[in-house]
Order: sequence, then structure tokens, then C-alpha cells
Amino acid sequence: MANHTVATNVYVPFLEQKGFLSWFLTTDHKRIGILYLISISLFFLIAGVLALLMRFELMTPMSDFVSPHTYNVLFTLHGSLMVFFFIVPGLAASFGNFLIPLMIGAPDVAFPKLNLASYWIYIVGAIITLIALLSPADTGWTFYTPYSATTDTDVVMITFGVFVLGFSSILTGMNFIVTIHKMRAPGMTWHRLPLFIWASYATAVLQLLATPVVGITLLMLIAERSLGVGFFDPAKGGDPVLFQNFFWFYSHPAVYIMIIPAMGVISEIIPVFARKPIFGYKAIAYSSLGIAFISFLVWAHHMFTSGISEVAATIFSFLTFLVAIPTAIKVFNWTATLYKGSIELHSAMLYALGFIFLFTIGGLTGVFLGALAVDIHLHDTYFVVAHMHYVMIGGTVMGFFGALHFWYPKWFGKMFNESVAKLAWFLVFVGFNITFFPQFFLGIQGMPRRYATYPEEFESLMALSTYGSWILGLGVLIMTVNLIKGLFSDEKAPQNPYGSLSLEWQVPSPPPTLNFDKIPIVTDWTYGYGKKKEVDA
Amino acid sequence: MTWIPEAASNLAGKVDGVLLVITLISIFFFVLISAVLIYFAVKYRRRREDEETPYITGNETFEIIWTVIPSILLILLFVYGYVVYKDMRTPPKDAVDITVTGKQWLWTFDYYNGKKTLNELYVKQNVPVRMIMRADDVLHSFFIPQFRVKQDILPGRYTQLWFIPTKVGTFDIFCAEYCGTGHSAMLGKVIVLSPEAYDIWEKGIGMDDGAAVSSLPPAELGEKIYKQKGCNACHSLDGSVVIGPSFKGLFGRTGVLENGKSYTADENYLIASIYEPQEEIVEGFQPVMPSFKGILSENEVDAVIAFIKTLK
Repeated sequence: MANHTVATNVYVPFLEQKGFLSWFLTTDHKRIGILYLISISLFFLIAGVLALLMRFELMTPMSDFVSPHTYNVLFTLHGSLMVFFFIVPGLAASFGNFLIPLMIGAPDVAFPKLNLASYWIYIVGAIITLIALLSPADTGWTFYTPYSATTDTDVVMITFGVFVLGFSSILTGMNFIVTIHKMRAPGMTWHRLPLFIWASYATAVLQLLATPVVGITLLMLIAERSLGVGFFDPAKGGDPVLFQNFFWFYSHPAVYIMIIPAMGVISEIIPVFARKPIFGYKAIAYSSLGIAFISFLVWAHHMFTSGISEVAATIFSFLTFLVAIPTAIKVFNWTATLYKGSIELHSAMLYALGFIFLFTIGGLTGVFLGALAVDIHLHDTYFVVAHMHYVMIGGTVMGFFGALHFWYPKWFGKMFNESVAKLAWFLVFVGFNITFFPQFFLGIQGMPRRYATYPEEFESLMALSTYGSWILGLGVLIMTVNLIKGLFSDEKAPQNPYGSLSLEWQVPSPPPTLNFDKIPIVTDWTYGYGKKKEVDA
Repeated sequence: MTWIPEAASNLAGKVDGVLLVITLISIFFFVLISAVLIYFAVKYRRRREDEETPYITGNETFEIIWTVIPSILLILLFVYGYVVYKDMRTPPKDAVDITVTGKQWLWTFDYYNGKKTLNELYVKQNVPVRMIMRADDVLHSFFIPQFRVKQDILPGRYTQLWFIPTKVGTFDIFCAEYCGTGHSAMLGKVIVLSPEAYDIWEKGIGMDDGAAVSSLPPAELGEKIYKQKGCNACHSLDGSVVIGPSFKGLFGRTGVLENGKSYTADENYLIASIYEPQEEIVEGFQPVMPSFKGILSENEVDAVIAFIKTLK
């Protein structure tokens, strides 16, 4: 809890200033957060529509809506846009930007101009990628060689776009690390930090250390295509599997860049709506770092059938099982936090509970894929597609939607319609499960992924999955309209509608430009909910 | 349809054992967490605004229990998965070698006895087979769901897998590693024959002398070849465009080639398109078809053309 002095200065909300330049050249972390939020949301919606088109094609076994080539382009763009333009920057860039200074009691991030530069680098990367759509790549978002080195489609442009984007990620990561180290308010010790900050910190370390590797990898691919260097071409003494090693050395940690911030969000939402201190604070905080560390050492579990040695496969399988442990600890801790709470099923809380439910399925099915013998059968089938979406939608996107509903009043100073929000949550939750749960069975049956056409025996489950995608799409549409409509409502949000103890709720909604009139002095941790017994006090 | 496909190799039962154990453990933990979650959400739902909640920040006993028990289970699962994997990677010494070549978007199989087949793999029941595999162009992956085997195929390097087919029958071969436009059409069949039937196949019916089928009328033989040799992967019969032009109404069709010349689909054009497909590409299509020289005999091409003629 903070001893916050009542505002003496005139309160000017950060959204007050209008005009193009006030956004184009802003160094306010809250405004930059909004710029990211709009950009990633647009990419999320575009890539989501691509997914609906794919599911529509897959309703029947034959190619009757789009050609196989177009289908391959669709899943390439869906994957690339979702991964690189939505989910990797995602929560970290949007909510991370908005929340980190507010939560630690700072006026802004450590390097506000660099922060703005990061955003514009992201936009440059996005523009380059959009230009690449003139001849869209058909390689899949993984760009595996040698196919990516030989296809006629434009692989160089899209990978260059992603390469540029990487710098945005690296600079944001560095900025957040410095901010969290150096800008915490007096009394905000490491063990008093909100868990979202711990999660952001772990994510930032991953961004800083892992992203350069994908940058180098994509440059090598560009050199391979345009100069014929032969890093990955066996005819020139190269090795196609080398690409996969490089690619996953980044892209596996990237999975945790995507999911850890969502775990941070869940750790914020649950204590507030249960009115209970988070259960096992240190376990959750350190498990974020533990996951981040182990995530660097499990990349080859994407490659058990790629032709890596049995020794390598065995070691990577073992390390993969290890990463399940800190993940399980978090799930148990969130659940235990509910014990004897006073639980309000606000829409944000519903997303948080949905996260635990779906992420548990995502995590458990990861155990299937970590086990060597079973992975041989399931690798590159719909089982992987389902597992990956349970982690990414069931986990990260649920966390993102939860964050949107939770911090919406604080960020925009407005309220959305809570009943509509609950309805949208229900459609998203049900639609998601109908879309992706049948895919586990498709995968076990042997249905390979990235198939434009498929044998008839899979038709009923594939059609079911398509129907689910319509419900999911409808839910996201209703949610989006509800949140946009809320912005134009007259209802002003109170400063602290849920009774949170975290610092961002102790300033007006929306916060003033410099966040705090006076830097707060922190005297307790963020989760001091509930009645303390004498011994604890 | 059962939830696991038919187990048709010696390895399938072992893999299913691991799959089943993990499934049961997963269901147990999922039900446990969901039940607790729902129970808490209902029992402790907020009834009054001013409810008091206890200040509980953790419990070491619980935290140790739920760290240690999953850790032990996970390590056991790792070991179980590893033991079966080791089996899957260790072919017996008496295994029969068959060479597999994957290329966009065909499988070719070369047998120890000099035979060569396209998209159809013939194996003898209860005899261990070792597949020696390489790719001609990009990555592919050789996957037989009923056998629970899968291995990527790479250019410039051999990879291998092995199995003992235990059931007579025909099973799907899928390409499981994305390989371009025709990826989902890169399908094959593995045909498991009883020892007697295998001996007949080995002595008689190969690629070049289709003795058993040559008694069919040409158009019917052509239809059979159309399905067996994978023509159907790219050429539809109903006028829809998959990867190549549809066979419907193809015979006698006129049109424009990529090089600007016009063509008429007569017998000479069709045989040239099968043997030298890269020479003349119809406008709007990609030069992706492999040559069938050495794979289809002239009699077989005649049969395919006869079949095309029936598709008005």
C-alpha cells in the first residue's frame, strides 16, 4: 500500500492533448502504449479474419473455396502476423508500456524517446511486411529451408520486415529492464513488486537475449536467397536443419515472451477479484525467471523428427519436462489464491479463470509432445496446432482480453457494458473450445497440419472445428464493438472501481501525464488484501 | 472411429502405452484443477460487499507437495517416453532395407530386389523393414499414422526409421513436413501383404509389367493408374482446379501456353505432357509436375489417355 499524497496540482489527464503531433511525437508511455494497443489489435483482427477464411476452406476435404497455393499463403500470413505483429509485441508493448511506470511509481520509462523510436521501428517493420504482401510468401511462419530458399514467392521482403521488427523488441526489452531496475519508487523493493512487473522483467530479458538470434537467422536466410550463400543448402556444404536450430533458439523463448506477460496479468486480476493476497508470491515471481531461463534450453523439442541425434532428442526431452514444473506451480498458486476469497466474477476475472482452465489443457498437452515416443506420432499433426492454440489463445489471448477489461477504466477513464462483456466472454470461451478441442483428436488420428485438402475420414471433426471458429469470431466481434462503444459512453470510470491496492489504481482515471504528482513512498507489498492476523502484523 | 487409429505395427502398441498413461494423468490433473476452480468460484463467490477474507500468503507444505509430486511424475513420463523412443530408433539387424525418395510431391520406393514403385509401398507382414530415406528437393516427412512412425526426410542426408507391419491391409502415408503447393496431395499407401501374397507380388507385378491389371479395358486401367500413381493429387475429375488443369473435358481442349503458343490437347500433346511436363506449361499454372518417364510404361500412358477421353 502506498502513502499517496492527495493531488494538489491541477489534474490534466494524459488523453487531454489532441492533434496528430501529440501522438506522433509523444514520449508518454501511456500514449505509446495506446499506439501499440491499436496496432497490435488491428493485426490481431486481420490475422483472425485470415484464420476464419482458412477454417472456411477446411470445412470440406477438397479445395473448393481457395486454391491450395492460396491456402498456404493464408496460413503463412495468419501465423506471421499473429506471431510477429500481434502476440510477440502484444501484452509487453501495450500493457507493459502503460503499466510498468505506473505500477512501480515512476513518471515514465527510463528512455522515453527510445520508447517512441521502438514503436516507429515496429511500424516500419509492419509497412515492409505489408509491401511483401504483393507477392505473399507461402513458407509457413517458420520459414523452413530449403523450401523458403527456393519458393518463387517473396520471402526476402517479409523476413526483412520481421528482422526490422526485432529491433523494436530488443529496444523495448532493454528499456523495461533499466526502468524496473532504476526507477522503482522508494520502498518498492523487489519483493513488493506486482507480479506483472516480475513477468515483464523476465520477458524483457528474453527479448533482449533471444531476438538477436532470429535477426541473424533471418539475415542468413535473406543471404541464402539473394546471394546463394549456401548456409542451409547441402549441395553447397550447408545443412537445412541448421536453420531449424537457429530459428527455434529464438522462437522457443519467444513462446515465453508471448505467455509470461499473460501470466503476469492473471496474477494481478485474481487477487483483486478474490480479495486475497496472491498465494505463493515468491514461487510465482521466481518461476517466471525459472521458465525464462529453461526456455533457452528446450528449443530442439520442435525437432524430434527433424533428424537430430538421439542424444540431443533425449536431453531436450528431459529439459522440456523440467519447464513443466514452474508452469504447474503457477497454476496451483492461482487456484489456491481463490481459497476462502470473496470472489467477484467480473468479465476480467472470467477471462482469468478461463485462462487457468484453457492454459492447463495447453500445458498438459505439452507433456504429450515432450514425451519422445508420443511426439514422433503427434509431431506436425493437428495435435500440435491445438496445443499451440490452447497456449496462445487459451493462454495469451485470454490474458490479453482479461487485461483489456481489467485496466480499461484506468487507461481510458470510461466504462464498457459489463453484461455484453460477459456474453462475449462466454462466446469466446465456448467457440474456442469447439474450434480447437476436436483438433486434438484429429491429430491423434494422424491428420497432418498445413494441409489444404485432406482425406474424407477427417471431415466431421474438421467441420465441427469450423463451426466453432464462427462462434469464436462472433465473440471477438461483440467484445471489440463493446470496448469501442465504451470509449464513447458518458460514464466516467472511478479512480479505483475494484478496490485494488496496486499503485496504478491510486491515481485518477485516466492518469495524469506525469502519473504521480509526487513520487509515492511504498510501505507494503501490492497484495495485502484480507484481514491480517495479529501475528502477521 | 476410435480415438486412437488402428495399431498396425509392432511399435504402435508401445507408443499407445505411453499415450494412454499421459492421457490418464492429464485427465486426472485437469479434472482436479477444474473441480477445485469451479468449487472455489461457487463456494466463495461474493455475497456481500463487505465480506472479510483471510490473509493467507502461502503454505510451504502445499507448495512442496505440488512441486515434488508433479516433478516425480514428469521424470517418470520422460523415462517411459525415452525407453519406447529408443526402441523406435533401433532397427533389428535382420531388417529389410527399402529406399524412399521424397520429391515434390511424390514418394518413390526402391526395393532390395530391384523393384521400384511410386506412391505405393509394398511390405511383407511380420518382416521388419528399415526405410532409408532422402529428399530430392525440400524437406518432407514420412508418416504412417497406423504404424506410429514419422521421420523427416532431408536433401543431402539419409534418415531412417523402421517398423514391423503386423496387420495385412492398406494404410495411409502422409507427408507431414510442409513442402509447398502440393503438400497435402503428397499421399501414398503402404500395402501390407501376407507372406504368400508378397511372394506373388515380388515375382510378378512390378512397375513395368502390369500383368495382373493389363487384362482390364484401357479406360478402366487408366482410372486405376490415375488413382494409384497420384495423378488425382493435382488433376481433378470435376473441373475444379487443384494444382494442375482438371482432366474433365481435357481431351481436345485448346488454349494458350505460358510461352504464348497455343495448344490442342490431342494424344501427342498428352503423352508429351506426361513424359516431359516441364516443356509446355498451360498459362496460369506452375511448372511443378515431375516427369513420369520410367514410372509409367507407354501402355500405361495409353490407358491414362483412354481414361481422359472418357471424361467429357
